[in-house]
Formats: sequence, C-alpha cells, structure tokens
Amino acid sequence: MGSDEAYNFVFKVVLIGESGVGKSNLLSRFTKNEFNHDSRTTIGVEFSTRTIQLKGLIIKAQIWDTAGLERYRAITSAYYRGAVGALLVYDITKHLTYESVERWLKELYDHADPHIVVMLVGNKTDLGSERSVPTEEAKDFAEKNGLLFLETSALESTNVETAFHNVLGEIHRKVSSKEVTRGSISAVSLASPIPRAAGDPEEKKPCCKNL
Amino acid sequence: MSTDGNKKQFWKRNTAKVPGSIQHVYGAQHPPFDPLLHANLIKAGNKPQMIPGGKPKKATTFQEFESITSDAWDVGDDDDELLAMAAQNLNIEVVMETANKVIENHSKQQEKQRQDDADASELEEREEEEAHEEEVEEEEEEGEESTPEVSFASEPSPLGDGRLVKSLSEAPIGSPKDAAGERASLHRQQSLPHRPTIPMVARMADQNTSGTPAMTEREASRLDKFRQVLAGPNTDLEELRKLSWSGIPRQVRPITWKLLSGYLPANTERRESTLQRKRQEYFGFIEQYYDSRNDEHHQDTYRQIHIDIPRTNPLIPLFQQASVQEIFERILFIWAIRHPASGYVQGINDLVTPFFVVYVFEYIKEEVENFDVSSLQEEALRNIEADSFWCMSKLLDGIQDNYTFAQPGIQRKVKALEELVSRIDETVHVHMQQYEVEYLQFAFRWMNNLLMRELPLRCTIRLWDTYQAEPEGFSHFHLYVCAAFLVRWRKEILDERDFQGLMILLQNLPTMHWGNEEVSVLLAEAYRLKFAFADAPNHYKR
Repeated sequence: MGSDEAYNFVFKVVLIGESGVGKSNLLSRFTKNEFNHDSRTTIGVEFSTRTIQLKGLIIKAQIWDTAGLERYRAITSAYYRGAVGALLVYDITKHLTYESVERWLKELYDHADPHIVVMLVGNKTDLGSERSVPTEEAKDFAEKNGLLFLETSALESTNVETAFHNVLGEIHRKVSSKEVTRGSISAVSLASPIPRAAGDPEEKKPCCKNL
Repeated sequence: MSTDGNKKQFWKRNTAKVPGSIQHVYGAQHPPFDPLLHANLIKAGNKPQMIPGGKPKKATTFQEFESITSDAWDVGDDDDELLAMAAQNLNIEVVMETANKVIENHSKQQEKQRQDDADASELEEREEEEAHEEEVEEEEEEGEESTPEVSFASEPSPLGDGRLVKSLSEAPIGSPKDAAGERASLHRQQSLPHRPTIPMVARMADQNTSGTPAMTEREASRLDKFRQVLAGPNTDLEELRKLSWSGIPRQVRPITWKLLSGYLPANTERRESTLQRKRQEYFGFIEQYYDSRNDEHHQDTYRQIHIDIPRTNPLIPLFQQASVQEIFERILFIWAIRHPASGYVQGINDLVTPFFVVYVFEYIKEEVENFDVSSLQEEALRNIEADSFWCMSKLLDGIQDNYTFAQPGIQRKVKALEELVSRIDETVHVHMQQYEVEYLQFAFRWMNNLLMRELPLRCTIRLWDTYQAEPEGFSHFHLYVCAAFLVRWRKEILDERDFQGLMILLQNLPTMHWGNEEVSVLLAEAYRLKFAFADAPNHYKR
C-alpha cells in the first residue's frame, strides 16, 4: 500500500447505492477477500485499496465506500471528486433499492467526472430465491444508459473480482485511448508503462487526493 | 521510501508484492504509548519537531505556553499560570498512576492468563475459529479486568520503564498467528502475521461491565465517597460531578448517570414518582406512535432503523437477542418521529448502547455481554428501555444539530478540530495537509458517533462518565478529546508517507486493547487542552 510499491496508475473508484445493499462487503471482499456477516453501518466514508495487474500494468485501485443514507449525501457529495469509476449497487432481493438507481445516477453525474465509468451491480445473488429484480430488466437498463452490468454475490465471492477488474479495465481503456484527453480524468496519474523503481515517492503525482 | 529504510514502516512491513495484498496491520508492534514519555515531550515543547527549518516560533502557540509553564520557579501570582500548573500536574499524576498500574498488573496478568484459558471457552457459542479468537482476546481482557480504575495514589513508581510497559502489550497470548487472514468474519483490523488476532469490537466484559473482582482499597474508598454523596435526601450534583470526572465505580454508575443527565431529580423523595411518570410517558408514546411505523410517512424511517439494528453491535450476543433488538427499534423510532428536524440518522443507533448496557447492569451481577435478558423480569426490562430512551434523548438534545440536514454541527466541529490541531501540533497538521488528508474524511465519524467507532465499548462507557460530569461534555469537551486522540497517534501519523496509508491508519486506529488507563490519559490531555483554550476562544480562531 505504501509508496514503496511500484504502480502505473491509481484509479479512484466509489461505491454508491442504497443503505444495506452490500457496498461495504463488496469492498471488503475485493480488497481483503473477506465477508463480514457482522459488519456495521458505514458512517461517513470508508476507504480501502487494492493493487491489481491488468494487461501487464500495475493498477492501484483506491476505493471509497459511502453511507447510503440520504442524510450523508450533503457530506459525501464531495467525495465524488476525482473518481474515475463507480459501482452503483442495488440488492436483487429488494426492488426498492433498484428503483433508486436512477436517482443515484443523477447524483453521480451531477458531481463526478462526465467520463466516469459506471457499472450497475446487482448484489446478493446468493439469495436467488428471494430475487425481485429480473436480470434482463437491469441489464437492459444498463445498456440503455451506457453502464456496465454484472450481478454479484459478496458473500459467495461471485463476480466480485470480475466487476472491479472490468471497471478498472474500462477506465484504463478510456484513459489510454484518444477518447479522453489527459486532463479530464483528474485522478489518474499517468506514468510510463515500465514500473518505476521503488522508493521514489517524490515523482509520484498526488492523486485521488481531494474529496 | 528508501531513506526511511525499514525503520518504522511497520504498516507496510508485511506487504507482499502481489496483487490483492492489503495490509492493515494493527497491534502494538512498537512500544505502546508511554504516558510519561509523552508528557515529557509535551513539556519540552516539541520545538525541534515543529518546523523543519528550525526557526523559532512565535509566542502565541500552545507549545510556547506549555514550555513557559514548565518552569515552576517562574510561576508568579498569576492565577492562570498557577491553574495551568495544576492542570499539568493533574496530568502527571494520572500519568504516574497509569504507569504504576501497568507495573502492578504486569505480574498479576501472567498468572491470570492460565486461569482464564479455562473460562474463555464457555464464553462464546460461535464457530470454533471465532471462539478461539475470543479466547485470545479474553485472556488479554482478563488481564485488563484485574486493573482497577485509575486512582490518584501519589506513591512514586519506576517511571519510564519502557521495558515493562512494552512487555505488557507483548505478553504471550498464545494463539496461532495469522488466523485472521483466512477468516471471513474478521473486521478491518487485523494483526501482524506473528501477533495474535484481536477482534475489532473488543469484548465489553471487563472493567466497566463485568462482574466485580476484588476492589483495591482505593477503589473501595472511592465507592464509599460515591455512596455518601448519593445517600443524602438531596444529592449534591456538583459534588457528584467532581467525583464522576475521574470515573464512576460500576456499582453506582446506573444511578449516577441518571442523576448527572438530569433524568433523575436530585431530591431523593421525588425520584420514584419521577421515574414512574417518565416511564409511563415513554410507554404512552409507544402506544401512540409505534403502530404507525408502517404508515407511508414513517416507513422509510422504520425501515432504516430496522436494517441498522442488527448491524449495531453485531459481535455482542446480548444485542442479538430479539427482545433487545426490538427495544432498540422502539427507542430509535419514537425518538426519530419526535424529532422531525433530524429524524433517524445512522450513528444514533450506537448512542443507545452505552445506556442500555449500563442500566441492564444494575440488575445483574455477572458480565453483561452474554446476558440473556429473558431472565430479567419484564418490568425491569421495560424500565431499562424507558430510562435508556430518556437519557439518550437528553444526550441528543445537546448535539441535535449534528444530525439535522447537512449535519451542520458536525461540519462545524470538524472544522474546529482542524483549527485546534493546527495549534497544538502543527507538525501533525502540516503532515496531513501535505498528503492532502482532509479532517472530514476521518473525523466525521468521530463526531457523528462520539468516538464510539474508534474505541471499545468499555472505553466509551468510561468516557461518558467524564462527558456527563463536564458541562457540555458531549458537544464541547468531546472536541478536545478528539484533538487529544488525534495527537496521541502522532508518531504513527508521521510515519505514514502517503495519502492511502494515512487514511487507512486514521480509519482503523489500534485501540482494541484500550482500557480505563488509556482513556484516563486521554481525558487528562483533553482537559489540559480545554483549559488552555476554553477561556481564550480566539486562540483557535484564525
């Protein structure tokens, strides 16, 4: 996690969605390979990181987990700043959490970079028998709105890696293609593809710094 | 980072350089906080550390003030200076006492550990791995349990014996290392691979909520004092506050909390009738409002409460009981609809817990954590519920703008914290600025949950003894406690040289082994800060 690790990119990703859909466990599953039946409500924002390899590059994902409750949005809205990716999570067994997706999207686009990569994530597939959001319906919605889409289970660890990898991969694709000019994705620090020597923090641009 | 070498980079020490390795490694790898050393550093003014250029500071800073007051022979008749001296002496006393306790208990702890092995296994009925982990923690907790509350004996002690302090924290716990990594139920905090695992939500059952071990003479004398003050027909609340500031003996904590909060009248004769009235009033609210929880305009509130309760104290069996969860739901729902300006806000659920625990404890002798509430009489449980509701209401009354829309109270307090820290420890402040850590990113939770997420429950309970003794404890004194808390980790903070490391540190501070001693030292620091700034508010307004 420290600056003695070499990496090519740092991507800031935010987890958003209604309270109780499983954002915190998606985070812990991805960054620590843990699932807590005993996790507590997220207060404010919580933060974790993980470094992955993608296409021969070393990418550090900086992931912010937010509280889902309305009250906090006044404070958490600042947290979108600098985010290049977002996982918009709902609970497949609670249709209400899916109905809020449009509202979350709006908030996201109000506060975040216009090129932000968004994946719609239907979590808790382990509770398949209680499903109330049909896969196809959500998939269609995602397609229509230019979102990536996956269904996951943080509990069983299904598709969690894939979800984050896809988002990070898509971010990288955007960053390295001509589709976006360098300046517009503010949080990305671009370095040469050759991993830099360890132990040289000064050259690293501060990124993902602001909230 | 090569310049730092392997020096104090223990946060990063065990990084595997493969994807997916995250180290939040906690546990006192380095010597635990040595209060005397810390006090000495403060005394010395920390001048060399303050500005890298080594330029002398202006005389308006807190460090300057500190260094002036350390020259005892320069103290004139100036009241402020004298009082500041007293404040500092208080800290030293606490500090000495703390060190003393550590030394006293070190030898006790060794024997206790073997006994507690046997006890530990019956404590949890969780899966084997967790039971084992609890065992580990139980041993450590039992060690602390034998530690009485900090008293202010003045006998000298071999202070600064870093070896002894260090060895307490490194006392053999005997659990296989690294069990943490494989366990899906572990919280964020993990231990270093070669240290035993201690769960984040440390067991409540010690010091403030467990059954009563033998008291020291000092403790017994404090308890007597409390009983005297509580005995009269009219309790002297001022006297009670003074006594309570240094911690309340658990036997008298329930009634003391009720008195300090203003729930119970000072006049003994009026108490029974007041209690009856208030309890009836609360249950009247239940009758009146609780059924409306599924109505359209209350649905969202109730739903949110309903999903938050199971996530409130997930590791403590007491709170997994259905009747307890229902109690919490009722308390929170009624409060929320009676306070529409804020409604229910996540974090408020945590605030019920200390009251509930302390008031349950009034009825039982054994530890609270595993207590089965169905063994309580129904009326007792109802009384606990009503009393918790009212006392929590009183607490929230003082901090309600923490929870109104956009939470202006919290924003203000976080800002004030930042200002204060910039004054009392510019090095730390500058360091955080350098890596662009914003106070809101970690201190929001400190304010929203009154540090309950950063401390074990037993510490919160001890903290609230002082908060209720202080005027505006939860709103005003809390700020100084937060500042003292942040600065207490200055070494760990300064060792982190990037944003990520800092953030993860600040959101996962290693306090799981904390007890009354640590809280007392923290409070003493906070008191000094408050003393230095409270009468001169312009000190921390730029």
